This record gives sequence, C-alpha cells and structure tokens, in this order.
Amino acid sequence: MLECRALEKRAYDLFMQNLIKGTSHLGLGQEAVAAGFGVAMRPDDYTFCTYRGHNHTLVRGVSMTQILGELMGNSSGLMRGKGGSMHLTSIKHHMMGSYAIVGAHLTIAAGAAWSAQYRGTEQVAVCFFGDGATNIGAFHEALNLAVVWKLPVVFVCENNRYMEYTAIDQVTAVEHPAADRASAYGLEPVLIDGNDVDVVYETAQRALDLARRGGGPSLIEAETYRHGGHSRADPGKYRPDDEVKEWLSKDPIPRYRKRLTDLGIPEDALAKIEAETQAAIDKATEEAKNAPPPDESIAYKDVWADGGSAWRN
Amino acid sequence: MAELTYREAVAAGIAQEMRRDANVVFLGEDVAAAGGVFKATVGLLDEFGPQRVRDTPISEQAILGAAMGAAMTGLRPIAEIMFSDFFAVCWDIVANEIAKTRYMTDGQVTLPLVIRSGNGGGSRFGAQHSQSVENWAMAVPGLKVVAPSSPADVKGLLAASVRDEDPVLFFEQKSLYATKGEVPDGEHVVPLGKANVLRQGDDVTICALALMVPRAMQAAKILEEQHGISATVVDVRSLVPLDTQTILAEVAKTGRLVTVEENPRLCGWGAEIASIVAEELFWDLDGPIVRVTTPHVPLAAANNLEDAQLPSADKIVASVRELVD
Repeated sequence: MLECRALEKRAYDLFMQNLIKGTSHLGLGQEAVAAGFGVAMRPDDYTFCTYRGHNHTLVRGVSMTQILGELMGNSSGLMRGKGGSMHLTSIKHHMMGSYAIVGAHLTIAAGAAWSAQYRGTEQVAVCFFGDGATNIGAFHEALNLAVVWKLPVVFVCENNRYMEYTAIDQVTAVEHPAADRASAYGLEPVLIDGNDVDVVYETAQRALDLARRGGGPSLIEAETYRHGGHSRADPGKYRPDDEVKEWLSKDPIPRYRKRLTDLGIPEDALAKIEAETQAAIDKATEEAKNAPPPDESIAYKDVWADGGSAWRN
Repeated sequence: MAELTYREAVAAGIAQEMRRDANVVFLGEDVAAAGGVFKATVGLLDEFGPQRVRDTPISEQAILGAAMGAAMTGLRPIAEIMFSDFFAVCWDIVANEIAKTRYMTDGQVTLPLVIRSGNGGGSRFGAQHSQSVENWAMAVPGLKVVAPSSPADVKGLLAASVRDEDPVLFFEQKSLYATKGEVPDGEHVVPLGKANVLRQGDDVTICALALMVPRAMQAAKILEEQHGISATVVDVRSLVPLDTQTILAEVAKTGRLVTVEENPRLCGWGAEIASIVAEELFWDLDGPIVRVTTPHVPLAAANNLEDAQLPSADKIVASVRELVD
C-alpha cells in the first residue's frame, strides 16, 4: 500500500512538473483493494484492470521504474511508451492489461478464465473495474457468461462513489451498483469495506479458493474512495467537503498503520519501511527520468505478430 | 477431390484445424447443438464435444471478449458473429481491444483468433442483416480481413486464418452458402495475402471479392462471347494483407481496371485499390479506373429492389464496355 501511495503521489508530482504528458487516473486512497488481492493471488493468476491501474500493476511485481517510465513515455517504460498510463500490461507478471474502454475487460477476463478452465491450470482471472462499469452492457454479458460457464473469474468492483465526474447514485437504479445486481446472476452479494486491507485479503482468499475449486465466479463490491479527481484534469470539486473529509478519515494506510501499532509492531520498524519506500520511489524516479526517449522506429512495429506493420506486399 | 457446398466447407475447415490442434476452440450463438443458423457448423459438436464447441448467449461483446481472453492465454479460438451487421454491437472489442492490444503492449500480447461472420446481401434479409462490412474492418490497423468466394477457398483460407498468429476477420458471403465446388481432399491450406487470378484476358482487369467473384466471372464470359472483350478476373481473397503485387501486375498487362465490390459506394475497398493503382501504375493505364459498387444506400428487402442495388453481371458488363469501347 505504501509503495502504491508513493508511486502515485510521485506520478502526480511529475505531472505538475510536466514530465508526464497526456492524462492519468490515480487510485490514491484505493490502495487496499489492489494490495489485498495482490497478496492473496497466486503468481500465475491473471489480473485485468482499468485505466486506473497503476496500483494493480505494481502489486503484481512490475517495477516502479517501468511504470513511471511508461507514464513519461520513454525507453525505460513497460511498453516503451507505446501504451501510456492507461494501458499498463506485463504478461510476464500475468498482469494482462489495463483497459481504457469502461467495462470492456470484464468479457476478456472471462475469456482468460475460460482458457484456464479448458487447460485445467487452476488459474483464476481477477478483474478490477469501477462502479461506472456496472452500467455498461459488457458487465452484464460477462457476468452472465461467467456464471453459465462456471468460470474461475473474480469480478471486483472498486466502488469509489463516482463514475468520472458524476456520483454513481445519480445514474444507477440500485444503491450498491455491483452487489445489488449479484442476485440477477445467481451470485451471493458481497459488499465489503474496500479500505480495510485485511477484509479485502480475506474476501479475496475466499473468492479465489472458490474459483480454483471449480465453484465458479464471484462478484465483489469493495467500497472505497478516490482522494483526487477522475483524471489529471479534474480537481474533483463536485464532491461535498464533508464527504471528502469523512473518507479521508478512512484512509486505508493510516488505518492499517494503527492496526499494526496496536498489534505491537514497533514504531521504528514501521518508520524503516516508510523510509525504504521513499528511497525506492526516489531511485525509480531518477532511473525513469534519465532514460532516453524510445527509438522512433518502434512506432511502426508490432502491429502484427511478425513484428511489423505491413498490410500489403 | 470432393464436391462440397460453401457451407460444408466452413465445417470442414474448422474440423480440419480442430483435429490438428487441441487448442482450437469454437464459440458462438447457436453454433453447437443447432449447427449454426446457416447450418455451416453441423457436426462439430458431435465430433469435438461441448468443451470445444460452445453455444453462447446472445452476447456479442462477451463472445469476442471471451475469444480475446482465451487467445491471449494460449488458446486459438474461432468465434462466430452470426451476421456481420452485429459487429456493430461488439465493435469495441474488435476495434479497440483485439486490434490494438499487440501494438499497445509493445508486442507482449499475441492474439491468434478468428472471427467468422455471415456477410453481405442477396438473401432478402433487409438492411440490418445484409451489409457488407469488410471495409469497416479494413480501416482498423491490426485486423486481417479475408473474404472467400469458393468452397475450396473457404476451407483453405479458414485453415490459414486459424494458423495465423494475428486476429483475422473471416467474412463468409451468405448468398454463397449453397454454392458448390471442388475442395481438395486431406489437409488444405490457402495462404493469406495471395490473390487468385481466375482467368486472364487482354483488355481489362476485374478485381472482385466474395459474391462478386462469380458475378465477375459471369460478366467476363458474357464480355468474351457477346462483345469480344477479354477480361482478367482477380479474386482479391484478402483485403489485409492485400496482394497488390498480383493486382498491379495484372492491371499492367491489360491497362484497365474495374473493381467490383458489394460495399456501399463511399470508402469501399475498391477505392483503396484504385488509389494504389493510380499512384503506382498511372502511366500504364489506358483509361480511368472504374468502381462498380452498391449505391450509397442501405439494402432493401424486396427481390427487385435488392437486385437493383447489388452489382450484377450485367452491370459489370455495362461498366466494362463503357470503359473499353
């Protein structure tokens, strides 16, 4: 969680310095969902996530340097600048992609789960998405197919209360956009505190175990909050002050720190982890900053599996 | 050689590849137990079982999402979109996800999948079940686009599409399903990106695709027998990759080009071929390039209205005569 927070705060700073162009969608405040699942998942389980996917990528083991490099669009980046902030992917880490069309990847995660089922590997596909995706047709298509085919897939709705700039409850027919719809697909509604990393971890373990044992998909709604706006350009001013204040008090990181302190973990041990995280992000920032821009020739490569882009002879 | 219908060749091509490779799986609406609404996939469920031949709900996004997810994790799925008009329902998965993922991930993801679909008019299905949409696909970088005209090509090009490492959209022309032709016995594979010169002439080169190929052949026969005009007919076969070498070589010999396409007029693939030929072969041309197309209107359902809209052999003959005479 600390590394996620450090990475995204740094990404924000680099935007302000104009070292990162384009746009980016930070998950500040939502770290517990990524971290809880990241620890519970088997290394060969698949992650599918959204354009707000830096945290989900980091927890699968991708380096901070590669993530920041991709955001800065240089040769140190995970995809050498061909993907950008919204498309982080590392197949080596079974991080199967960050998808920028809301809701699209739920169907793709179902396909990866189908493949795992067919190949008999006991891998599980975990698919993270926002509350906004629950109003997309593909959400319903994916849920239905996953249940009918009993696929090993865990759908995780990170309900951060806003679909882009609009409160989700203004545009949704039910109170809990994912959990309240679970019964429509014969699934148990699972509504959890997405800011409590222990709760997330335990929930993840249960759902992953069920899927691995052939018990089929789960749909989990994790209630959380993004500390900033939707994207780089959005200060998030549409959110009422008292709401922001309330959710900041539920910040998953100080909450977990307090729990650890209460359990008797010494202060200096925690401070040491914090200092190490800070040193790691500083080092990654320098590495990513100092990398040269990607070679221009790669702009014309890898449209096709032969590595090229030729469409005619 | 066995004589198969175009629809039988579909099942034969899929079966050939499923026997060869256990990673080939097949999914779509009504494709398994019902054998497909066009009966093009009869027998596959019996031979390969429900784990490999799967009926899906009417969920085009889920079908293609599942195919993509399976392809990126080691399988080689064939997905059916029943009518190509329905690509509009799942175009996000095709154009944003399947087409772009390899590029965006700097080559990390390979998507060996085939999407088959019933394409085109001539069957009186009306404007939402008759479109020729291969030009939609052609406009998106990252998709290969194939459209066979004969049973032999259905089997051979389908096999090549399944073996291809890239996503292929495979457009079967619905009005050709009942047509028959010789199909080589045993393993039959026709490479993608190789146009087929069906006949050679001296006066004009006609480039056609799918249903327009037999019509172009019929026109060539009429031109020869009734008007003394000798035509080359090139079956383009695949739009991406496009065999421009063959097309340019044939046009260079005759000095004239007529493209025959079923698309509505604007931005049809014939315009791309015309542009390439004009740019690279201008000084060899003896006349303007002529495009025979469907007019820029939705297709009508009634016999005489749809017939009036689609390019016929007679229309091709008239266009060629105007150019050559």
